[in-house]
Amino acid sequence: MEITPSLLALQLVTGIALGAVYALLAIGLSLIFGMLTVVNFAHGAFFMVGAFIGLYFMGLTGNFWFSLVLTPLVVGALGLVTERFLVRPLYGRGIDYPLLLTFGLSWVLIEAMRVMFGIEGIPSSTPPELRGAVDLGIGFFPKYRLFLIFATAVVVLALWLFLEKTRYGLIVRAGSRDGEICKVLGIDIARVWLVVFGIGTAIAGLSGVLAAPTRAVNPEMGIHVLAESFVVTVVGGMGSLPGAVLAGLLVGIVFSLTSLFAPDLAELSIFVLMAVVLLLRPQGFFGKQGLMS
Amino acid sequence: MSHTPANLRRRRIVMAGTAVAAAPALFNIARAQGAAIKIGFPVPLTGAFSAEAQDQVRAAELAVKEWNAAGGHKGQMAELLVRDDKLNPGEAATRTLELIEKDKVNFVVGSLSAATQLSINAVTKERKVLFNSISQSDTINEAKDWSLYTFHEALNPHLTAGAVGRYAFPKFGKKVVYLTADYAYGHEMVRGFQRAGAGLGVQTLADIRHPLGAADYSAFLPRIQALKPDILVLCNFGRDLVNSAKQATDFGLKQGTKIIAPVLLYTSRQAGGADAFEGILGGTSYYWGMEDKIPSAKKFNDAFRKAYGGSVPSDYGALGYAGIRSVLQAVKDADATDSTRVSIALRQLKYDWYKGPQFYRKCDHQSVQSVVIVESKSKGMKDKNDVFNVLAIEAADEKNLRTCEEMGHKVTT
Repeated sequence: MEITPSLLALQLVTGIALGAVYALLAIGLSLIFGMLTVVNFAHGAFFMVGAFIGLYFMGLTGNFWFSLVLTPLVVGALGLVTERFLVRPLYGRGIDYPLLLTFGLSWVLIEAMRVMFGIEGIPSSTPPELRGAVDLGIGFFPKYRLFLIFATAVVVLALWLFLEKTRYGLIVRAGSRDGEICKVLGIDIARVWLVVFGIGTAIAGLSGVLAAPTRAVNPEMGIHVLAESFVVTVVGGMGSLPGAVLAGLLVGIVFSLTSLFAPDLAELSIFVLMAVVLLLRPQGFFGKQGLMS
Repeated sequence: MSHTPANLRRRRIVMAGTAVAAAPALFNIARAQGAAIKIGFPVPLTGAFSAEAQDQVRAAELAVKEWNAAGGHKGQMAELLVRDDKLNPGEAATRTLELIEKDKVNFVVGSLSAATQLSINAVTKERKVLFNSISQSDTINEAKDWSLYTFHEALNPHLTAGAVGRYAFPKFGKKVVYLTADYAYGHEMVRGFQRAGAGLGVQTLADIRHPLGAADYSAFLPRIQALKPDILVLCNFGRDLVNSAKQATDFGLKQGTKIIAPVLLYTSRQAGGADAFEGILGGTSYYWGMEDKIPSAKKFNDAFRKAYGGSVPSDYGALGYAGIRSVLQAVKDADATDSTRVSIALRQLKYDWYKGPQFYRKCDHQSVQSVVIVESKSKGMKDKNDVFNVLAIEAADEKNLRTCEEMGHKVTT
């Protein structure tokens, strides 16, 4: 088969759109890990819950945009409850305690969705204004996936502004550097962690609503996605937001280009990428050394 | 002539002996009339195909209920023993062994994957218990897996894919791309299409393999777009089909390309929704909407609707119904409940339970049956069950199957 420049370019755009979802998921994961040192195994489940709740709201209101705003709030609230009553009692007990807790929580959430929405999953559809494909000059590309790239950019920008330009963002950053000193300075660090966990899960929920129109929505949809998000987080560096964005896009592009040349190896390629990065740079692109120890 | 006491004694001994010899037989008959005919039914009640499996159970229970209501066999009633095989071949073998050894089932009907049906068959074959499989597979009828006790009620990939190919290739074009789930089922489907296409001058532009259970297919789609095929065949199943169909639609592939799937299931279509499946064509063993053409389908649907609050049977559900009915009919025909005699009766059976005339091919016990070609609807649907248009029904014909010799069977009668 002939590889033309336009095919390569289209494959690249496909990879970026794919990477946008990975990046979005990894940001949430990385945010929670970077600030709280909690490896959130329920992240994929929050993504899945976001997809279900998003479709539920869409069914109620018939409006995608409304659901896009409301769903992250609901999933974020779920995250707040999780942090306050489940994760908080485990702080200071080692990294494996919250890891096991969130792993168990993910199965509880999966089962809850099975009970509420059925085991088969529910149909999702693309919002009418974003349906169909547009000609990019290199080939046809789905409008909705272009929107995905745009939406990710907006979320990343908003998060960056929040962390870097606001007073509260400053506190969050200080808290992640040294929680003890923050406490001494009179900052209620427990509340900061609560908010960070909430934001992280809200972003997972948002990724779920955003991803729903592109795939089948079923209770197990988060399992696969979680593994990929961890790959992205590890490649980008645990706890690093720019790392998560860069690695997300890179993983998407590597997957997409491998699919073109050797479809059989596409799934494997991202894990090979992770292995290579871990060998050459164990802390990932922008990770801090020694976070896990 | 007079009887001597010795003679009399001898005669009494003979009579007593006869009575003793006959007693177990009498006892057996008495017990047989009391005990139920037990049919083991291992299906994946949990796991990815649980919706289909639950429908299989509903339809099988309907078949048992109807048979019992009609008086059973000489007063002997049937009983269904449902077990969860969790879609796991090891679990399926264990449950089947339990059904045979502990529950003493007479027959086994069930399964909902190529792998579990082979593991169930391995157990039933060894213990000479009749097994009627209600899930798709090409291999179960091949000589190496087959036995006198192995029956296959479901369609097989070769027949289904072949029927869809024979319908679609002349209508939509000769340049074909396959997007295939990388496991036995996917490969068997591609082989079925390619065999059907060989005589029609069909050209395979690419056969792209994707891992089973992939969530995103977008990375494969630009290449397919560039190849500009007449037909894109999605050789995958369940959620994989929903995802790949949805994403191919988003990429605008439907504009120049007809998308077809070997198996278009009622349950997949319900889960995937009208938009994703719009205009996609595929094959199925059964669709309730064929009731206006097939009287037995109407009868079956009505009974199912009455039993289950107006809902209609799915394709795999209907197979559960047929699988049980065939075996129970053979019990009557054989006037026996042992697997050997019932198997022999089943080989002779000609039946029409729900989709037109069917029979089991003698050499491999494959049920020779029609294949329904359907197209997904997105407009003008009367209710939530109204999801397909029936485009054609390929009549039952032995010549559409692989030959007995090809399957490794020496005897063809």
